[in-house]
Amino acid sequence: MLRIIENRKIFLTISAIAVIAALAAIGVFRLRQGIDFSGGTLMTFSIKDERPGASLVQEALVNDLKLLDARVNYDAQNDQFLVRVKSLNEEEHQAVLKALEQKFPSLEEKSFQSIGPSVGEELRKKSLIAIVLVLIGISLYIAFAFRKVFRPVSSWKYGWITLITLGHDVVIPAGLLAILGKFSGVEIDGNFVVALLVIMGFSVHDTIVVFDRIRENLLLDRSKSDFGAVVNTSVNQTLSRSINTSLTLIFVLFALYVVGPLNLRFFVLTLLVGVTTGIYSSIFVASPLLYAWQRWSAKAS
Amino acid sequence: MRRNPGLVLAIIVILALAAGYFVYPRGWGAENRPWRLGLDLVGGSHLVYNVDLSNIRSEDRDSVLAGLRDVIERRVNLFGVAEPQVFIAETAGQSQLVVELAGIKDVKEAIKQIGATPSLAFVEVIQNGSSTAFAPTALTGRYVKSASLAFDQTTQAPEINFELNDEGAKIFEDLTGKNVGKPLCLFIDNEPIIPDNITDSCPRVQDRIPGGKARITGQFSLQRAKEIVERFNAGALPAPITLTDQLTVSPSLGANSLIKAIVAGIAGTLLVIVFMLLYYGGLGIFASLALLIYIALTLAIFKLVPITLTLAGLAGFIMTIGMAVDANILIFERIKEELARGLSKAAAIEEGFRRAWLSIRDSNTSTIITAIILYFFTSSFVKGFALTLLIGVVVSMFSAITTTRLFLRVFLKDKPKSA
Repeated sequence: MLRIIENRKIFLTISAIAVIAALAAIGVFRLRQGIDFSGGTLMTFSIKDERPGASLVQEALVNDLKLLDARVNYDAQNDQFLVRVKSLNEEEHQAVLKALEQKFPSLEEKSFQSIGPSVGEELRKKSLIAIVLVLIGISLYIAFAFRKVFRPVSSWKYGWITLITLGHDVVIPAGLLAILGKFSGVEIDGNFVVALLVIMGFSVHDTIVVFDRIRENLLLDRSKSDFGAVVNTSVNQTLSRSINTSLTLIFVLFALYVVGPLNLRFFVLTLLVGVTTGIYSSIFVASPLLYAWQRWSAKAS
Repeated sequence: MRRNPGLVLAIIVILALAAGYFVYPRGWGAENRPWRLGLDLVGGSHLVYNVDLSNIRSEDRDSVLAGLRDVIERRVNLFGVAEPQVFIAETAGQSQLVVELAGIKDVKEAIKQIGATPSLAFVEVIQNGSSTAFAPTALTGRYVKSASLAFDQTTQAPEINFELNDEGAKIFEDLTGKNVGKPLCLFIDNEPIIPDNITDSCPRVQDRIPGGKARITGQFSLQRAKEIVERFNAGALPAPITLTDQLTVSPSLGANSLIKAIVAGIAGTLLVIVFMLLYYGGLGIFASLALLIYIALTLAIFKLVPITLTLAGLAGFIMTIGMAVDANILIFERIKEELARGLSKAAAIEEGFRRAWLSIRDSNTSTIITAIILYFFTSSFVKGFALTLLIGVVVSMFSAITTTRLFLRVFLKDKPKSA
């Protein structure tokens, strides 16, 4: 049996450090906004014969076409170039293509996405609405799940800790994306928000499974044994199913990340990190926090 | 089900095999009901146009938008795209026209043609012996003030009223004078306004019409009259459209994404199966079979509804493969606990199923909440993800329980002591 409650300080410290680091990364580096938030153009193409380096393509865009903000990346796995520039209209798009084709005749355009600057505001608003609604929906669900009060812990404590755990599971992948944004230019898009919302859903049910067991055991526990012991037993009883249910999801996400389509890569990565964090938090954060809070309020009274 | 689990199981297995054959990308299913794939999987364009309605009176706006949509849809249909989507959307108070062309070959040409403002023209019919020819006149949409739907005072039959400006009124007077007793056709984009009905498109001039106000009466239905008004307005009123957002995916990239998603789906499924077999042994076999049945049935549902599968939708479905065995894991863990409490194997299994249901329901509720909210409050690409996730989770909740339970009842019922 894992001695989770006994060693709670270690586990909670690890989480605290990770959360603080993630928040710091978001605060300092900021999340780099993709074109669906900020407006702009994303173009991908392959150049089969000339095989120029990314810097040569960049030069062509900046010097010849005067697209001063052009950023070019070469994606070796798919043998294609990714170009990020300001929002281009169709004439500009065709002009850019034509000029590049003159320079690199074997150029083949793979995708072109251009988004006007006005959309970002709408997406931000919609994302916010969706986040608020999911939080409300999940809170209602938590209230429903913990509607029966069992001593010695009052039901709202379960609810708050479930929400804290949810925040924990969302902040860590967001922090990672901020770091990736700073050091490898990864941008967040609408899918990122979707990934965070899905993580919220998973995080909550993982936590609820453990808390349910704690309440069940508290109810069955006629000998009034130590609260910490009951919590520890409960976490251990649900350990394998907490891990296994998330693990199967991690398997498919891992497959998607490794061999799946490239445009889903960071969406999947966000989910992967969030779900993994969720396993940790449902075992090593939620219950220790519950125990710590309970002890603290018992001491205070 | 309790009485004859073998039969029910046989039916489910046969259904699943049929579903598997139906969804397989070759053979009968593919020929008779091909998969609907989004433009990010077959290549194509998603175009968003801002519609400038500033020169149009507010009461005409809905009619102009509907007409514009019709006219653009007609242009789009000429590109030979399987299922073009043209719809009006409202984003932050701005009316937008969204065009989705999955599988289009020449995006450049499509953009050029869609972007042109629709042109309305009055066309004379010239009889030359037995042959008929259409001759454009000087009267075009730019002389039209507006058109509206009205009803005949006595018969209540729907009719179309339209008004021309002063300059147009003069041309119209001459034109009608010249064509009394003959048809005068309405053309949009060089085609009759109702392409498949020349009579409705070519009302007969009854008299010389001065003053620039005219009405078209006829035997058309209310629906048809409305169509004519909308298209008339779209061609007459200046509502220029400008392309603001574009997503174009080449067919090769689309095909590449599709294959990679399928490979990832298969790899993920295999990983899950291997894990279930290693961790749960014999029980894992049944969970794996149930998982394969789940995959076949869910894909068949997608195809039957039908749902247009996008890349995000595929990702959502692949995720549910990892979640579909969750119910089994919850049940098996519970069975282990019951066995540890000293129950016989058969009793433990029944008890495990009975007591795991609440956790299965609870563990999926929050995902269902998220999926529903995502479906209603986000863009079309996210919708695909939310929908497949939602359907997958709901189907898996029931399929994993029922199918696995049937397997266990059929194959373990007579030997409760065996390991």
